[in-house]
Amino acid sequence: MADYEIPEISVPIEIPTLKRGAMQHSSPFPAAAVHQEALGFPGELVDDWHDKAIDKFGELLGRSRALQVYMDSCVKCGACTDKCHYFLGTGDPKNMPVARQDLMRKVYRRYFTWAGKIVPWLVGAKDLTKEVLDDWYTYFHQCSQCRRCSVYCPYGIDTAEVSMAARDIMDHIGKGQKYCNEIIGKVHKIGNNLGLPEPALINTLEGLEEDIEEETGVKVRLPVNEKGADILLVTPSADFFAEPHVDGLIGYAKVFHQAGASWTVSSYASEAANFAMFIGSYEQMQQVAERIRKAAEDLGVKRIIFGECGHAWRVAYNFMNTLAGPFDFLDQNYPIPQHICEYTNDLIEKGELTLDKSANDHMTLTFHDSCNVARGSRMGDSPGGQFTIPRAIIKACCNNFYDMAEDTIKEATFCCGGGGGLLTDDLMEIRAKGASPRMQALQEAVEAHGVTHMAAICAICKSQFAKVMPAYGFDMDNIVSLHQLVSNAIVLDGQISNDDATSNED
Amino acid sequence: MLSAIYAGLFYFATAVFVVGLLYRIRLYARTPAPLKIPTTPAPVTQSGVVVRMAKEVVFFESLFKANKWTWLFGWVFHAALLLVVMRHLRYFTEPVWFWVRWVQPFGLYAGFAMVAGLTGLWIRRFAVERVRYISAPSDHLMLMLLIGIAATGLMMKYVAHTDILSLKAFVLGLMYFDPQPIPADPVLLVHLSLVLILMLIFPFSKLLHAPGVFFSPGRNQVDNPREKRYVSSWPTQLDAQQNKSGSD
Repeated sequence: MADYEIPEISVPIEIPTLKRGAMQHSSPFPAAAVHQEALGFPGELVDDWHDKAIDKFGELLGRSRALQVYMDSCVKCGACTDKCHYFLGTGDPKNMPVARQDLMRKVYRRYFTWAGKIVPWLVGAKDLTKEVLDDWYTYFHQCSQCRRCSVYCPYGIDTAEVSMAARDIMDHIGKGQKYCNEIIGKVHKIGNNLGLPEPALINTLEGLEEDIEEETGVKVRLPVNEKGADILLVTPSADFFAEPHVDGLIGYAKVFHQAGASWTVSSYASEAANFAMFIGSYEQMQQVAERIRKAAEDLGVKRIIFGECGHAWRVAYNFMNTLAGPFDFLDQNYPIPQHICEYTNDLIEKGELTLDKSANDHMTLTFHDSCNVARGSRMGDSPGGQFTIPRAIIKACCNNFYDMAEDTIKEATFCCGGGGGLLTDDLMEIRAKGASPRMQALQEAVEAHGVTHMAAICAICKSQFAKVMPAYGFDMDNIVSLHQLVSNAIVLDGQISNDDATSNED
Repeated sequence: MLSAIYAGLFYFATAVFVVGLLYRIRLYARTPAPLKIPTTPAPVTQSGVVVRMAKEVVFFESLFKANKWTWLFGWVFHAALLLVVMRHLRYFTEPVWFWVRWVQPFGLYAGFAMVAGLTGLWIRRFAVERVRYISAPSDHLMLMLLIGIAATGLMMKYVAHTDILSLKAFVLGLMYFDPQPIPADPVLLVHLSLVLILMLIFPFSKLLHAPGVFFSPGRNQVDNPREKRYVSSWPTQLDAQQNKSGSD
């Protein structure tokens, strides 16, 4: 695959010895001036970057209780040191969450605390030098903001918040990351991460309608910009044509069809993802979220449902109401917003879907909890619904399901390795290495239960796994969309036959 | 002279400790948390949050999930410290509160447990490569300071008894602004000096984890963003500004 070694799979996961500087060479392509300026950031590193960075740091401390408390509270107990998948995959000590935070905390101490001003050597305080800034750029782009470390921190210190703040500061001094900033610009301009314009979107969805009809004999619609529809589906744009994402989209369409729902996607808000969270920009995140509100108002829908996307669901579930609310123009009898899994699961519980589990008998499934869903959001009415609901759907659609090891799922789930704005080819090495804890857990399930496929509910997870699984000896199509399983199992009214429907799956 | 110096230092240290800590708590309380960021699964009610925080503060639940050794040493140290502090209340109260009398015998063992816990934590700083890497000089000094306080305290009980009645008179004298002489016992003076240092650095060091844990948004927020729209101060102002200027 490339000129680096893929970590060997060991069960149980071994904690590596420290390999200083092991990932020092890995940093993402910088954002070009045009991508920076489109978001209102300086095009290149500004001359007075040092002072500007410290000013921005001070501003963020005043704006975020989390940052202020997290900077002060760490006691260096070491609880988090073996929890990060990037550390486990690389052994680079700066990928230990506490050490990653300390890249920022040592600057905090130097400029914002008495101890760091008077006796910097004693408390590990450091000036913000060019070298430190480069370390920020390198290592805050080796954090997928998955929050696994925060689960184990006795003070709940969340490295995601720290890395978001660091990226925000870097953006404001002209040191942004190409991948995220270019994408956010596309959303502002066109409406989705891929830059897919309305005609292409309509064309793609018409193609899918034809595919479904060919497969099932049933005319299932995938409407675009349909005014007066009840439901606005907001889904990651990868669902429109990436594999296995698109099979999930077909699944949502079949569920809506079978439920007799009137729904639509919007070309204006044809993106669930909100990469502005990754760069820690409240203002950018708000702008992206407001597109969804506007689309919902313009189309006159009553409900908003989100497709399978991890961080998008975190933003939608936790932030959208704050950023773009209140959504008092929507039907208050339904959760605002609702996750497609909640929607499907409700129908299953009410017995409104006919599901033929045998359609998935060629697979033995496991489920990958996506980090932002697992540790940053909820589904259903009670805590942990984000774990039980997707599993309930899988079990309703498949005969063969086994969970991976308990310490690698649910709130302890390992990131796929590509989250947090790292899903770009220039970070392929850290992505491949960061996937190793998940791959180890999967390998264990393969050996113990004969698992053949892993289902996910996140566009980033799916893209990442499709890309890195071959390096670990799996096939790229061993990763499936959760609603792909629903799509396989669901029996549509008037469907020619389920056997015909699934025959071209393999 | 000695008594006057120590009396002065205690008033100063107490002022720094109290004012410094209150300033910090006020800062944490006033800094807005713009978004809902509880680490989920999180409680969906305020009373649920109280339970979650209680488990965190009393049992160190997250640390228990993370690392059993660190949890054991850390929890033993903190629990012992609590008992020791409670035991020390007898030097500040006359008559001594009844429950302080009850705690009395446990407080003694707790002194040893405190040293044991701290030693365990310190050994980890050397023995575990990852923890060694993240330790700054101040992290070692903090453990030395606490071990020093515990060790000198135990010495006065088991090695060189100090004039405890005179000490209590000195302490009560401080509290009621009625100066009394301090026993010129070297072990006691070292013990008290180390406590003074601890009080002075508390509001400026990682000891801020004590108030900090209560303000951690990942732990103290209710998971109800869909049910109740969450708003905090600066984003609201930001929205207002944007609406005024007419841009989005």
